[in-house]
Amino acid sequence: MIRFENVSVTYDGSPEPAVQGVDFEVPEGELVLLVGPSGVGKSTVLGAVSGLVPHFTGGTLHGRVTVAGRDTRTHKPRELADVVGTVGQDPLSHFVTDTVEDELAYGMESLGLAPDVMRRRVEETLDLLGLAGLRDRPLATLSGGQQQRVAIGSVLTPHPRVLVLDEPTSALDPAAAEEVLAVLQRLVHDLGTTVLMAEHRLERVVQYADRVALLPGPGERPRLGTPPEVMAVSPVHPPVVALGRLAGWSPLPLTVRDARRRAGGLRDRLAGHEPHRAGPAPASAPPVKRRFPRARAGDTTAPAPVAEVRSLSVRRDRVQALRGVDLTVTAGETIALMGRNGAGKSTLLGALVGLVAPSAGSVRTGGAVPHRTRPRDLVRRVGLVPQEPRDLLYADTVAAECAAADRDAEAAPGTCRALLTKLLPSVADDVHPRDLSEGQRLTLALAVVLTARPPLLLLDEPTRGLDYAAKARLVTILRELAAEGHAIVMATHDVELAAELAHRVVLLAEGEVIADGPSAEVVVASPSFAPQVAKILAPQAWLTVSEVREALDR
Amino acid sequence: MPEGRDRARPRRRGGAGGRWGSWGSPRSGNGGGALRAPDGTAVPVHAPRPPAALHPGAWWLWALALGTAATRTTNPLLLTLLIATSAYVVAVRRPHTPWSRSYGAFVKLAAAVILIRLAFAVVLGSPIPGAHTVLTLPEVPLPDWAQGIRLGGRVTAEALTFALYDALRLAALLICVGAANALANPSRLLKSLPGALYEMGVAVVVALTFAPHLIADVRRLRAARRLRGRPDKGVRGLLQVGLPVLEGALERSVALAAAMDARGYGRTAAVPPAVRRTTAALTLGGLLGVCAGTYGLLTAEGGSYGVPVLLAGVAAALAGLWLGGRRTLRTRYRPDAWDARAWLVTASGAAVAALLTLAASRDPAALNPGVVPLVAPTLPLWPAAAVLIGLLPAFLTPAPETPHTRKEPTT
Repeated sequence: MIRFENVSVTYDGSPEPAVQGVDFEVPEGELVLLVGPSGVGKSTVLGAVSGLVPHFTGGTLHGRVTVAGRDTRTHKPRELADVVGTVGQDPLSHFVTDTVEDELAYGMESLGLAPDVMRRRVEETLDLLGLAGLRDRPLATLSGGQQQRVAIGSVLTPHPRVLVLDEPTSALDPAAAEEVLAVLQRLVHDLGTTVLMAEHRLERVVQYADRVALLPGPGERPRLGTPPEVMAVSPVHPPVVALGRLAGWSPLPLTVRDARRRAGGLRDRLAGHEPHRAGPAPASAPPVKRRFPRARAGDTTAPAPVAEVRSLSVRRDRVQALRGVDLTVTAGETIALMGRNGAGKSTLLGALVGLVAPSAGSVRTGGAVPHRTRPRDLVRRVGLVPQEPRDLLYADTVAAECAAADRDAEAAPGTCRALLTKLLPSVADDVHPRDLSEGQRLTLALAVVLTARPPLLLLDEPTRGLDYAAKARLVTILRELAAEGHAIVMATHDVELAAELAHRVVLLAEGEVIADGPSAEVVVASPSFAPQVAKILAPQAWLTVSEVREALDR
Repeated sequence: MPEGRDRARPRRRGGAGGRWGSWGSPRSGNGGGALRAPDGTAVPVHAPRPPAALHPGAWWLWALALGTAATRTTNPLLLTLLIATSAYVVAVRRPHTPWSRSYGAFVKLAAAVILIRLAFAVVLGSPIPGAHTVLTLPEVPLPDWAQGIRLGGRVTAEALTFALYDALRLAALLICVGAANALANPSRLLKSLPGALYEMGVAVVVALTFAPHLIADVRRLRAARRLRGRPDKGVRGLLQVGLPVLEGALERSVALAAAMDARGYGRTAAVPPAVRRTTAALTLGGLLGVCAGTYGLLTAEGGSYGVPVLLAGVAAALAGLWLGGRRTLRTRYRPDAWDARAWLVTASGAAVAALLTLAASRDPAALNPGVVPLVAPTLPLWPAAAVLIGLLPAFLTPAPETPHTRKEPTT
């Protein structure tokens, strides 16, 4: 269905080809997963299928790509629109119209299908994707998972034979991701659609793949094989594979179910051990309701909380975003805020940093009321790395950015650069922040925020778009910060990250706290928020592969 | 079985797919069942849908007619009644969508118009003679060349009343336009454009959806300034986020263009060269004819040929548009039907405009109450009744759906 014949792509102005030696075929009705670290050209390979590379992006494509017998060299993307459907990472940038139903019909209108056919297919797709209740809704009011489903639906209605997806689940909470993947599974199994998909969150998708194409490094030839074969050698792999490799299972299990069947021996070996977890520097204080007012800010005898939220309610646009939330953050503690998209995680972070004014209740960060504090004073109490780290970066070069950060924080010149060098030794001074990789940009934003040395650090979805290597680096950095006494609160959908880092997990739903407790308890109790290792080794309470590795070494 | 259904549709034009058979539904059990109906024409069963929304063109015609009526009178009571009429219809029939919130902005604009007009009347004075002095401002002496302009001086009640009546008329017009904006989705209106103008319509729609994104970007980036410890208020803060906002807007438009291209935007049908040339000739010739005809109408000596040339030009241009539409393969998904209700809504607006125009010629004194001497305006009975005809759409059209209680923001 899709055939790459010795394809290499070189973008204008770059000396090296972005990808080369791509030579494989995707037969009809297969789901092929494209994996590899960041920056190896996964998006380029995907773009070559829809014809956007090189027709839209520019650059030179050598070799030949054919889709359903059509050569992308002679067919522009619009002439492939009836055989290839493309969905990108950000569904909002994909939408042309403003309501769900119109969006589903848009592609068919462009292809000139008859009105009665369009009507029928829109109804079918609304049902297939479970969107029937949302048909008249403006797209801007949908949640991330719903938007992603509409985006997939909008390319499904012209009945393409090939579906190309670039990280369809990376912005979604676990439940919404499962929804989207169930739909893809159904398309492949019931309707014979060919799917080519790139995704960083392998723990979510690898079990659905028929085959995996691995791009090991920039400019290296891709390797194609069955998922167990490729995962055995892949530098990027989900925790279930890491555990399988650690335990020496062969063939490698890819699903929790397979792994559980083999895990009997491992559970026996681990039976006498306890997971060794470093608690937060001051003992992981349960969320005690402190009754004394924080007026005595200078009082150093009591272990003052870094931040204290009391029955906080926030209303925005006639929507109750938060309702009666209580949260106490102590120094050295790492808290993961979890919950579905739109549960109020970002709003809570915004309230802690003064971007959102409470409509009832109180917020105190470092003894100050954040939304009434001058920004210049606030940066020394609390720092937030937003979902899109680029929003924080204004300057043309890394050096200028660091200098500006020093000025903003009134820190000694060179503070930010020294921090950055510690976190990310390889970044040169004269690079434009936009040219950094996703992970590097996040680290730069982190260095900028840390320049003011805030005791409370907030992160909003820090692992979005990061590969496993970048994530591991981030975990190391955040662990060190926590050990130095920084309190960290992160909103995340990434259960593996929460399992690695968090001492405490706070679950939000509909703007209310529904669970608050040590990670092991909260996370293991929930089927959708439990990390893979916990599911495999239940009822033992292991959360991460590194815990298991340490225990086995002991 | 999967093949049969689509092939059986004689009117199908697209080359796409048609391979997929009965789709079940993961959510609604009955959806899949209905699809497997033997005749193949069944559509999934849903809860009964509310009656289709009114054609957006009807709302615009209704609102513009009310606006026209507003220009016929300066009677503040009639104008207030007119504003109240349109506001009532907006209040009960406005859909719960982002664009319908623009009504508030129009109302504020109208209030600003009234205030500015009054301020001018106070500061610059007014040619209206009056005996009732409200206050006297110190008059600024102006040099000779500024004769005829007065700064300060006597402010009379007559001048203020006149300015108020005048401004109220403009405000009513603005509020009527705002009502049209709130009641009808502007992008749906553009969907009703003829095929040849479709691309222009898309450009406008994209621009319309772009503005909210831009505002959201500005908000987000100003918030980010706060995170950097810089003041997030004030003009300087706004200026400094300008570049990143433009950058983001540019990136988004490139992404959108890629998405539109990949979804088949701009596919054209092969048209024989003869047709293409005819289209060009008709359009160009038609436009020339329109120009010549207009010139003829406006000059004294061209009175004889003006009208026929203008008409011929318009006809040729329309034929060109129609022929040009054949080049685009696009079809319309559920075009808004112009039904009886649309006629009635339009008619109710037109009736208000016509009756007020009639009233203005029959009884000018009632519709334009004098300010010199100052008299209290009275509500003329039958023009007021005519204005109330404009309320008809509030009862003719379907009520908007109840809003969803919780808006789900993206992550």
